[in-house]
Amino acid sequence: MAPNQGWDPFRELDHLRREVERMFQDFGVNLPSGGKRTPAFLPGQGARGMYPLLNIADDENNIYVEALAPGVDPQSFDVAVQENTLRISGEKQALSTDIEPDAYHRHERSAGRFTRTIGLPVEVNTENMDAQYKDGVLLITLPKSESAKPRQIQVKVS
Amino acid sequence: MTEHTVQTTTGEQNVPETRAEEQTLRPPVDIFEMTEGLVVVADLPGVPKDQVDINVHEGVLTIHGKLQHEAPGTPLHNEFELRNFYRQFRLTGEVDTENIRAEMKYGVLTVTLPKSEKAKPKRIQVKTSS
Repeated sequence: MAPNQGWDPFRELDHLRREVERMFQDFGVNLPSGGKRTPAFLPGQGARGMYPLLNIADDENNIYVEALAPGVDPQSFDVAVQENTLRISGEKQALSTDIEPDAYHRHERSAGRFTRTIGLPVEVNTENMDAQYKDGVLLITLPKSESAKPRQIQVKVS
Repeated sequence: MTEHTVQTTTGEQNVPETRAEEQTLRPPVDIFEMTEGLVVVADLPGVPKDQVDINVHEGVLTIHGKLQHEAPGTPLHNEFELRNFYRQFRLTGEVDTENIRAEMKYGVLTVTLPKSEKAKPKRIQVKTSS
């Protein structure tokens, strides 16, 4: 029997792991509030290990990673790529500590340090990476390495 | 001075009610009281400084942030979706509407709503007579 047919316990375990991960992701990301789907901005709360939320996109030359991280001191950002793994860490600034706890009417935002690590789908060229922080959204541009770029094959007619 | 979240859209004239209900995100906020007034802090990622509209009309504070954000490339994996932000609060107590201050920094909006003179607590001197 070929190895990719039939029952493979390791593959089954991997499926199960993915299912569970997805379950937890859905739980943390889209908390319905008032019937609307609201992204979880809060580090630590309902989004453990999932902060900041990321969108990943690509085009021919680059991989784009966008992180939803409002209120982060740009100096505190630490973005690093190592062996196709992207690590984003930083600190969401807390409000002034002089505010008395009982002065709060609402406290829905949260603050603190965060780190998130993701695997990148393709190999990237670590020389020309770029990260821009604008209006609370961090955009990381990672150029694809030459070997990861699609190559067109000329079809010759003979 | 206190506030309550307003469920229905009132006070705001420029936003069609149905559109505002369907297509906006409700930003998370911190609201706290200082001696001079109420401070509202809201996360509005993707909204530039000049696209935030704040008004107080008939005691309802409206925060409306218009998104200016273009996602690059073809999406591979999405965990968030940005939209315009909209949220209203009913304020109880007089607000000095002339002196509302708003500041936007790194996608975080801070609005300071000072109490009007007549809403400020008046201290009553307790005199002792012996």
